[in-house]
Amino acid sequence: MAIPTHAVDDTCVQLLTPEGERVANADFPLDVSDDELRALYRDLVLVRRVDAEATALQRQGELGLWAQVLGQEAAQVGAGRALVSGDMAFPTYREHGVAWCRGVDPLAVLGLFRGTTNGGWSPEEHGFAHYTIVIGDQCPQAVGYAMGMQHDAAENAAMVFFGDGASSQGDVNESFIWASVFNAPVVFFCQNNQWAISEPLERQTRIPLFQRAWGFGFPGVRVDGNDVLACLAVSRQMLQRAREGAGPALIEAFTYRMGAHTTSDDPTRYRLDTDVEAWRLRDPLERVRSFLHKQQLVDDAFFAELDDESEQLALSLRDGLRALPDPSIDDLFANAYAEPHSLVERQHDEFARYLAGFAIENAP
Amino acid sequence: MTETLTMGRAINQGLRCALERDPKTLLMGEDIGRLGGVFRVTDGLQKDFGEQRVIDTPLAESSILGAAIGLAMRGYRPVVEIQFDGLVYVAFDQIVSQLAKMHARSAGRVRMPVTVRHPYGGGIGAVEHHSESPEAYFAHTAGLRVVTPSNPVDAFHLVQQAIASDDPVVFLEPKRRYWDKAEVDVGSAPGLPMGSARVVRSGTDVTLVSYGPMVRTCLEAAAAAEGDGTSIEVVDLRSLAPLDLKTVIDSVRRTGRCVVAHEASVFLGMSAEVAASVTEECFYELESPVLRVGGFHTPYPPSRLEHHYLPDLDRVLDAVDRSLAY
Ligand SMILES: Cc1ncc(C[n+]2csc(CCOP(=O)(O)OP(=O)(O)O)c2C)c(N)n1
Ligand SMILES: [Mg+2]
Repeated sequence: MAIPTHAVDDTCVQLLTPEGERVANADFPLDVSDDELRALYRDLVLVRRVDAEATALQRQGELGLWAQVLGQEAAQVGAGRALVSGDMAFPTYREHGVAWCRGVDPLAVLGLFRGTTNGGWSPEEHGFAHYTIVIGDQCPQAVGYAMGMQHDAAENAAMVFFGDGASSQGDVNESFIWASVFNAPVVFFCQNNQWAISEPLERQTRIPLFQRAWGFGFPGVRVDGNDVLACLAVSRQMLQRAREGAGPALIEAFTYRMGAHTTSDDPTRYRLDTDVEAWRLRDPLERVRSFLHKQQLVDDAFFAELDDESEQLALSLRDGLRALPDPSIDDLFANAYAEPHSLVERQHDEFARYLAGFAIENAP
Repeated sequence: MTETLTMGRAINQGLRCALERDPKTLLMGEDIGRLGGVFRVTDGLQKDFGEQRVIDTPLAESSILGAAIGLAMRGYRPVVEIQFDGLVYVAFDQIVSQLAKMHARSAGRVRMPVTVRHPYGGGIGAVEHHSESPEAYFAHTAGLRVVTPSNPVDAFHLVQQAIASDDPVVFLEPKRRYWDKAEVDVGSAPGLPMGSARVVRSGTDVTLVSYGPMVRTCLEAAAAAEGDGTSIEVVDLRSLAPLDLKTVIDSVRRTGRCVVAHEASVFLGMSAEVAASVTEECFYELESPVLRVGGFHTPYPPSRLEHHYLPDLDRVLDAVDRSLAY
C-alpha cells in the first residue's frame, strides 16, 4: 500500500463567485436578507476606507506604523458579523475589520499605531480583546476564555484570529490541543493571506492549513476568504456549533495580503506584482457590488449615501487622530499594577520631582 | 580597507566574514533571506551564501533556538536572529534551560557555539514589544555570554568574536543606533577581546558607565558637561556577562564617583550589579554613592511617552550633578 503523503480534500467553500454570482452550498446554506446584504457591503466599504485613511495618515507622519487589512475585508467582516453579543473575539494586529464589526472606535485602533496607547478599550464592553502583536499569544488566551464560558454554561463562543505564519507557532498548536481535549467553545479563524512578512506559505506548511484540524481532533474548513457570504456562513455555523457544546473548529480563510506587511515593509524585495494582480481580480468588495447591482438591490442613491458616509468617516478620523491626547506619564505609573506598589510609587514621586525641577528652572 | 559603514552594515560585514571563514557557520531567522531582515542586517547574504546557509525559518522562535542547539551538537555554528527584543521570550526556555546549561550538563563534552542576535532598546517610535531591553534576563543566566556594541567598529568585530566563541553568546544590537556611521577597517584585527570594556572618553571628576544605545547619549552628556567645567570619563561596558570590572574599577578609583546609565529598568538591572561591585571594590575611594539612571518599573510605554522613559542627556547629567553634590 502506498503511504498517503497528504489528504486530497482541498475544497473551498464559496457562496459568491468573483464575478458576483451567487452559488449554493448544501453544507453551508446562508439566509441573508437584502438589508443584511447591503449592510455587509457597507461594512466592507467603510473598513476599506478606514484602512486607506490610516495608510495615508501614516505616510503623513501621523502614525508610526500601519498594518493594512487591504484584501482581507471579507474574511474579517464575514467572521465579525457572525459573532453575537456575549461572544469574544481575540485579534492579531491586523483585525481592523473585526474591530469595526465589534463596535470598537477606529480611532482607538489608530491610537495603537500612533503610539498614544497600547490598548485602552474594554474587552468586555466590545466582546473584542486587545490587539496582540506577539505572534500566536492570543490563541491559548482564547481557549481559556472559552473554558470560562463553558464553566459558566454561557451559550457563547470565543473566536480567535491568527495568520498563516502564526500557524507555525508553538502556542497556536498547543491551543489546538487544549481546545480539543476540553471541548472548548472556540473557533480558530486563520486568515491565510499567503505571506508572513516576506515568507511565503510554503515556509509554514506542506498541507492546506485547515487539514491540520483533524489531527488535533476537530473539524477544519477552508473558505474563500474574499467571499464575505461564505465567511459569514461558515463562521456562523462553526460558532453555533461551539455555542451548543460541539467543541472547537478551525476555519481557514483563503485570501491574500494585497498591501505590504506594514507600512515599514517593502514587498518588492520578495514577491511579484503579477501575483498581486491576479488576486486583484478576486477583490472582496467588487463581487458584492456587482451582485447587489445584478439583483437590483441598490440604486445610485445607495452608493451616493455610502460615499458620503465614507467621506465623513475619513474626515472624522483625520481630525480625531490629530486631537488624540498624548498618554500621561502619571497613567504609566498608575496602571502598572492593580494594587499599590512601593517601588513604582517611589519612582513616580522621584520622576515627578525631577520634571518639576525643569518647571522651576524654566520659570521667568 | 577602511569603509564608512552604518552599524547595521558593519554587522552585515561581520556576518559575511564569519560565513566566509567557516563553512559550518549558518544563519537562521525569520525574513533574513530575501528580505534581508527587517533592518536589512542580513541583506544580500542569502544571495551570496545560498538558502542552505542563510535560512528563513518557520515562524516559531522556540524552534529557532531548539534547532540551533541541535545543529550545534552536530558540529555547526548557528547564528540565529530573533526579529525583535520583545519576541525573544518565545524562545526563552530553550535559551535558559538548554542552550545555557548544555556545556555544564555534558561535563564539558558538548559545546554550544550559538550566537543569538536581536535588536533591542527603544527610541524609534515602535509599537508594543519592539522597544524592550531584556539584557538582564540573559546576563543573569549562567552559561550565557552577553555582549552589545555601541558603534560600528565594535559591532563589526564583536559579532565575529561572538560567532567564534565556543560558548553561547547573546549579541544585542542597539536598534536606534543601526544608522550611526563610522569608519570601519574591515581588514583589521579586533582591538580588544570580546569580554573587555573600553574607556571611550577620559575624564577626572566622575565615571559614567554605560553600554549599547546609551553610550552615545553619555558621550553627548560628557561633551555638554565639559562646558560647565565637569570632566566625565565614559566607560562602554561592551560585555554585560561577564563584566569587565577591572576597567570600571580602575576608572572609579581615579574619579571617586560613578553613575551607571541604561535604558532597561534600573530595578535589578545591569546598573545594580555594577553599583554593588563598585561599592565592594572601591568603598574607600568613593566620594559618593553609585547612582543609577534608567527605565522605570513599568511596562515600556506607548511610543508617544518613550522620551520620558528613555534616559536622555538631561537625566544623565542630573545624576552626574547629584553625584558631584555629595
Ligand atoms: C513571536 C513573534 N515573532 C515574530 C514577530 C514579527 N512578525 C510580526 S508579523 C509577522 C508575520 C506574521 O504572519 P502571519 O501570521 O501570516 O500574519 P499576517 O501578518 O500575514 O497577517 C512576524 C514574523 C512577532 N510579532 N511575534
Ligand atoms: Mg499571513
